[in-house]
Amino acid sequence: MGERKIRVLVAKPGLDGHDRGAKVVARALRDAGMEVIYTGLRQTPEMIAEAALQEDVDVVGLSILSGAHMALIPRVLELLKANRQEHVKIFVGGIIPDEDAPRLKELGVTGIYGPGAPTGKIINEIRASLESSK
Amino acid sequence: MSKSLTKSILSGDRRSLAHLLTQVENGSPEGLAALDEIFPFTGKAHLIGVTGAPGTGKSSLVNQIALQYRRPTIGIPKRVAIVAVDPSSPFTGGAVLGDRVRMRDLAGDPGVFIRSMASRGSLGGLAQATAAMVQVFDAAGYDVIMIETVGAGQTEVDIARLAHTTLVVEAPGLGDEIQAIKAGILEIADIIVVNKADLPGVENTERALKGMLDLAHPLEKVFRHHGQAMAIPAGEPENASLWVPPILLTIAADGTDVGELIKAIEQHAQHLHQSGDWDRRARARLVSEFEALLTETLVAQFRSSIPDVRYNEVVDRLAQHTLSPWEAVKMLLG
Repeated sequence: MGERKIRVLVAKPGLDGHDRGAKVVARALRDAGMEVIYTGLRQTPEMIAEAALQEDVDVVGLSILSGAHMALIPRVLELLKANRQEHVKIFVGGIIPDEDAPRLKELGVTGIYGPGAPTGKIINEIRASLESSK
Repeated sequence: MSKSLTKSILSGDRRSLAHLLTQVENGSPEGLAALDEIFPFTGKAHLIGVTGAPGTGKSSLVNQIALQYRRPTIGIPKRVAIVAVDPSSPFTGGAVLGDRVRMRDLAGDPGVFIRSMASRGSLGGLAQATAAMVQVFDAAGYDVIMIETVGAGQTEVDIARLAHTTLVVEAPGLGDEIQAIKAGILEIADIIVVNKADLPGVENTERALKGMLDLAHPLEKVFRHHGQAMAIPAGEPENASLWVPPILLTIAADGTDVGELIKAIEQHAQHLHQSGDWDRRARARLVSEFEALLTETLVAQFRSSIPDVRYNEVVDRLAQHTLSPWEAVKMLLG
């Protein structure tokens, strides 16, 4: 008792069915001692925001390979805000073109990772982001 | 802070509820204080435990049961909370909690609240804080609280202590008659569900379970909790309308015959009320929780009254085998 675990929601919004990356990251975060809530494929932004609220997570990880990130991510951020969950850090993985990254960061995304990103880097940056907002 | 938190829980604020669940799970001072405040508001919900081996379809079944409670053919929908426990890694303490994957049908329904929970090193199928989290949901006004256990296997009997109605979920092809007559998980079932009833071999599974049930029903259930036996008497002998666990076949993937299962759950709740078992179980549970707490507190109090030097001296002599554990206790207490 008395311990505070980092809780992470890993979700795949949108319609692409490739969840290998999301599962690898989920497993890596587990091995880093975090509690990962995995929600599966084809989640709507509404489902993700609702799950983030119920599970009281610190971090939401979104995996998107469909190209719809500029539509889905702002919507997730908007819903989190509507739920007064601004403190939740958003990390995005998948295929995100470099030219979209600045706009996403501006909207409030904390980290963006493409194919081949080392899981150790993701773990460190999640920990650092929570440390700095304490 | 905690007073207002309790207030917002009781008024139905979901964000405060989620926040309090975290505090309670972590055993923080704020969480513990809130538990005191909400206690008078608990004791109303019907607690349904769902246990069984991994892969028998517990999560899918919980999803279907919740759907039925939300869209009943008769009566008003009940508010449903789900606590889904999955294992923590014994090495890193991390966990992947995947029960929500099977519960996507419940998304977007404000009358449903799903919370995933890691077992955090606890054995017996529940986490240490599961009972306390259930109290929070109870106080928040959920009519039905479903608790899905880890799914580890044969000795996951803590759930029977916590829940009013325990469902043990089986599936075809998991074992023969020997599995059915072993002690442990099947003994705690109030209702046995053979899920995946569209798979071959379902008749054999059903027959083996029926055979087991025909043999005997113990008159008194005794659970071990924190090393203490806790007896749950099975009603006065003269008015004993003994509950014989029904065996139901379901297909959780498409909801087949989940309606029948709901009927059985409701019948069991009725039986508990009529036989007085509902109150007896609640009382036995509270006494057992209270005694565990008392033991824990007394031990801590006693330990702090003994100087470390003296304590370590005794422990050293234990390790050297010059003092038996019984003598050691006598020495410290004497």
